[in-house]
Amino acid sequence: MSLLEIRNLSVDFQTAHGLFRAVDSVDLDIAKGELVAIVGESGSGKSVSMLALMGLLPWTAKVTADCLAFDGRDLLTMAPRERRKIIGKDMAMIFQEPMTSLNPCFTVGFQITESLKTHLGGSRAEHRRRAIELLELVGIPAPETRLSAFPHQMSGGMNQRVMIAIAIACNPRLLIADEPTTALDVTIQAQILELLVELQRERDMALVLITHDLGVVAETAERVTVQYAGQQVEKQPVESLFDDPHHPYTAALLAALPERATSKRLPSIAGVVPGQLDRPGGCLFNPRCGFATERCRQEVPVLNRGALCHYPLSRGVPQGHPEHQGEDA
Amino acid sequence: MLRFLITKFAQMIPTFFGITVLSFAFIRLLPGDPATLLAGERGVTPERHAELMALLGFDKPIWQQYLLYVADVLQGDLGNSLVTRQPVLEEFFTLFPATLELSICAMIFATVLGLPAGIIAAVKRGSWFDHTLMGSALTGYSMPIFWWALILIILFSTPPLSWTPVSGRIDILYFFDQPTGFMLIDSLLSGEKGAFWSALSHLVLPTIVLGTIPLAVIARQTRSAMLEVLSEDYVRTARAKGLAPSRVIGLHALRNALIPVITVIGLLVGTLLGGAILTETIFAWPGIGKWMVDSISRRDYPSVQGGLLLIAGIVMIVNITVELLYGLINPRIRYRR
Ligand SMILES: Nc1ncnc2c1ncn2[C@@H]1O[C@H](COP(=O)(O)OP(=O)(O)OP(=O)(O)O)[C@@H](O)[C@H]1O
Ligand code: SF4
Ligand SMILES: [Mg+2]
Repeated sequence: MSLLEIRNLSVDFQTAHGLFRAVDSVDLDIAKGELVAIVGESGSGKSVSMLALMGLLPWTAKVTADCLAFDGRDLLTMAPRERRKIIGKDMAMIFQEPMTSLNPCFTVGFQITESLKTHLGGSRAEHRRRAIELLELVGIPAPETRLSAFPHQMSGGMNQRVMIAIAIACNPRLLIADEPTTALDVTIQAQILELLVELQRERDMALVLITHDLGVVAETAERVTVQYAGQQVEKQPVESLFDDPHHPYTAALLAALPERATSKRLPSIAGVVPGQLDRPGGCLFNPRCGFATERCRQEVPVLNRGALCHYPLSRGVPQGHPEHQGEDA
Repeated sequence: MLRFLITKFAQMIPTFFGITVLSFAFIRLLPGDPATLLAGERGVTPERHAELMALLGFDKPIWQQYLLYVADVLQGDLGNSLVTRQPVLEEFFTLFPATLELSICAMIFATVLGLPAGIIAAVKRGSWFDHTLMGSALTGYSMPIFWWALILIILFSTPPLSWTPVSGRIDILYFFDQPTGFMLIDSLLSGEKGAFWSALSHLVLPTIVLGTIPLAVIARQTRSAMLEVLSEDYVRTARAKGLAPSRVIGLHALRNALIPVITVIGLLVGTLLGGAILTETIFAWPGIGKWMVDSISRRDYPSVQGGLLLIAGIVMIVNITVELLYGLINPRIRYRR
């Protein structure tokens, strides 16, 4: 049985312009100790889908799912009190913005031990010892002295390490890392990623890594789902995804990787992810897709060879596309 | 910290001189003078009037009077009341506990009700509670104190209810030593039966009247500060830890929201002393507010000057204390100093 089972998860926001579907029937299965990546550009609903899983969305969000189960227990029908026993203990999350994610009014030590106190009980001395241990584990030098530091006295990288320490304090079985390195310097980014992957391997902890950097995915993940405008457009094991992407969006993301660029200039995908007010009909990717046909503008595609596309690619050739008839796969 | 205190006190010096000038000028700009008012309805001959003014030192040129006054103040001498002949300083601090007691009660009343109301309104924004609270806060803020006091008196102090007395600090039946000057404490210490209840019931209406504006301000400020803080990332982090909502709101959010709330509480102290003047007059509350009003109407120059100076000094000290408190609540401020 998988550790996490998500079936048909959707999130609608109440906004001034009516309902906005930020996440549209997402499925995800994660086994014990597995590393899965979610990629997609800004605004594709990566954060919202994981916040929905954690129960952290604001009240304007309406979350629906056929199944949202952690370790066989349905999170949606569970009493809030029961759910809080899982959140922060067995299932933890770290966020995009380390500088604002820690409470400026409390010391690092307080914020780490708070989790321990809430979920594990034990004495103050034990909490302190464990907090020092955790800071050491996430690579913070002189952990004893850091306990009494406030977040604003440390760098973004250090704050993110503290966030990781808080998240892994109770030995979670699933850690969701939401673009944990986006706000950090390039050199620090690699260190933090390395730390997360190391923790995942050593502690048999499942890790969901949200990123918009496919390069990161290549180095770390086993499986990857590609998300676009709230929908999962493609799911594949990492190796075959890099080898033979089926969805034109994935292919475009890959083509934009520096090491794959054929010309001197990096090809980037023209346009942006459609927001609430500019969602097209038919396939949501059609305004930016090089293969779009009239059919794409009219008809919503269904999953086709693992890609949400009328003409899934095979070795770069859109299958069944009217203009590419007879080309070899 | 020490440097902070020294700069703050240095900044007080110009304010201090400003207030001596203002209070000195203000009371002399009012028509009438102490000699005429002391003489009362019998009137006074012009010769006797000049003689009295010379005796009080008010015949000298105005700049000389001012310099003499400032010289005395710098030596810690605020002069004697023209009416009672008692040192102003002594009179002030005999009456000050009554005002302090009333002000503290009003502030407690405002905070104890205003903080939770603001928090609930923010958490349940848009609910009927939120709308009702914000509506009443606006009403409470704009209500004239005098009118509000009369309404309360008519409702609660006249038949059929007749719940609370309307003047003084305690029933005249009771008479005991006042070691602290706080009637609630002294009445308890006296051991006299019923004294505490009498003191308490005298406090109720003045407390509500004086506390209404602070209550409205605190509730509104708490609500807006909480609304801002509740959408912060660290509040989400706190929820991601699986903490109970009471802890997320009451500790992680509130601690941050308190900073602006404490600022307005500090600023309210000035308003409160202004409100105390009216409230004490309405309820015949023997504090410095009533004393100031009496002193002004008697043109008791030294009392008015000294009183204003002391009140200003108290307000300034409170404001410095509030700034020190920020540091305790918000570490970012503490370390920047
Ligand atoms: N509270 C909210 N109310 C309304 N819309 C929201 C809310 N939060 C997010 N959205 C919308 O949901 C969509 C998905 O947002 P989300 O934050 O999940 O994107 P993302 O994939 O995490 O992007 P990024 O890479 O920028 O983090 C966006 O269009 C965003 O505007
Ligand atoms: S359905 Fe059409 S528009 Fe959408 S990705 Fe496939 S080819 Fe492009
Ligand atoms: Mg995001």
